[in-house]
Amino acid sequence: MFKWIHRFGSAPFVYRLAGLLGPWVGWLCLIVMLVGLYLGLIVAPADYEQGESYRIIYVHVPAAILSMFVYVVMAVSSAVFLIWRMKLADVVAQASAPIGASFTFLALVTGSLWGKPMWGTWWIWDGRLTSELLLLFLYFGYMALRAAIEHPQSAARAAAVLAVVGVVNIPIIHYSVEWWSTLHQPATITKIGKPSIHPSMAVPLLLMIFGFQLLYLYIVLLRTRIGILQREARTSWVANLPEIESSGANRV
Amino acid sequence: MTPKRKQRLILVCLMLVGVGLAATIGLKAFKENITLFRSPSDIQAGLVSEGTRFRIGGMVVDESVQRRSDNLDIKFELTDHAHTVAVSFNGILPDLFREGQGIVALGQLDADGVFVASEVLAKHDENYMPPEVAEALEKAGKMPGTSANYGAKTLVQP
Repeated sequence: MFKWIHRFGSAPFVYRLAGLLGPWVGWLCLIVMLVGLYLGLIVAPADYEQGESYRIIYVHVPAAILSMFVYVVMAVSSAVFLIWRMKLADVVAQASAPIGASFTFLALVTGSLWGKPMWGTWWIWDGRLTSELLLLFLYFGYMALRAAIEHPQSAARAAAVLAVVGVVNIPIIHYSVEWWSTLHQPATITKIGKPSIHPSMAVPLLLMIFGFQLLYLYIVLLRTRIGILQREARTSWVANLPEIESSGANRV
Repeated sequence: MTPKRKQRLILVCLMLVGVGLAATIGLKAFKENITLFRSPSDIQAGLVSEGTRFRIGGMVVDESVQRRSDNLDIKFELTDHAHTVAVSFNGILPDLFREGQGIVALGQLDADGVFVASEVLAKHDENYMPPEVAEALEKAGKMPGTSANYGAKTLVQP
């Protein structure tokens, strides 16, 4: 029944699958993002209180959601690697870390740029902002730990444990605005019940979130392929790949 | 699943439960410190002693803002719909500051129970809508974020 899942343990299979999917995901991402940006920045109306400044939401919210989403992907694949010793799960986790860190950084910077005119401050140590900053440090810690341990196998295991442990921060980020009094406003689109955002503004936002997810998928597919090539550099299936043979890399 | 894998699965789960528990207990213990601001009710209940610097949060009471024409001094009242505190401030206010708006101010209480603020930040709510929609809601008296539903969130139970 679960026979098909074993094919995802095979490096050549995943390498080819990622190569096939990559361009499709990339083009779809470009289209979704262009439509989302056009609807968000040009078509959507200004906000009744914030005027045009609210439009940073179309970058800030998708970046913030993805910063957490990528971490969950990293933690789950790290757990899979720890339990089943599936090497490809570790490749995916390693490939995800810098992408997640970039989204976190983007969310913090765009939030700060919005915070100055709206709140009156660039930064405040409230529950939401502090836990999101902690997320950035978790990403940095993961990458630093990998780089610091020389033996690849031990580095992978130590980093995987860190990724799994760090996942407790994700619910803290999400619920920080409900558990504690914060300057950051509560969730807008994940709120169940009556929506807090007008449909004309919500549609571009949902499109941008989908676009950011596609962007992550596209980059992670590329980086996974590179990760596989690096780890399997000495194997014959890599040496026999047409793109490697024609480049002459294996003759060195 | 081989016994070895099962063992590792249990280990990973135990690790998560352990760290989750530690985080929960830790955050519960520091709840008071993580909370960014106190409410006027907290002050009424005597939870904040005179002379300590802290943040206070609430809504600016309608028609309570008094400005002066010759300097930046401003006085207004802050409420959580249970209690009200008078606030004085001298400085530049954020764009979103207005009557009926949620704000967070940093400062201390003086002897008369007036909160002397050195910084005033606007707290934006989670509602986004075009001006026409806001106008229509205002007319119908169904504007979210106004007096009706602000209190519950910021009221810190002593």
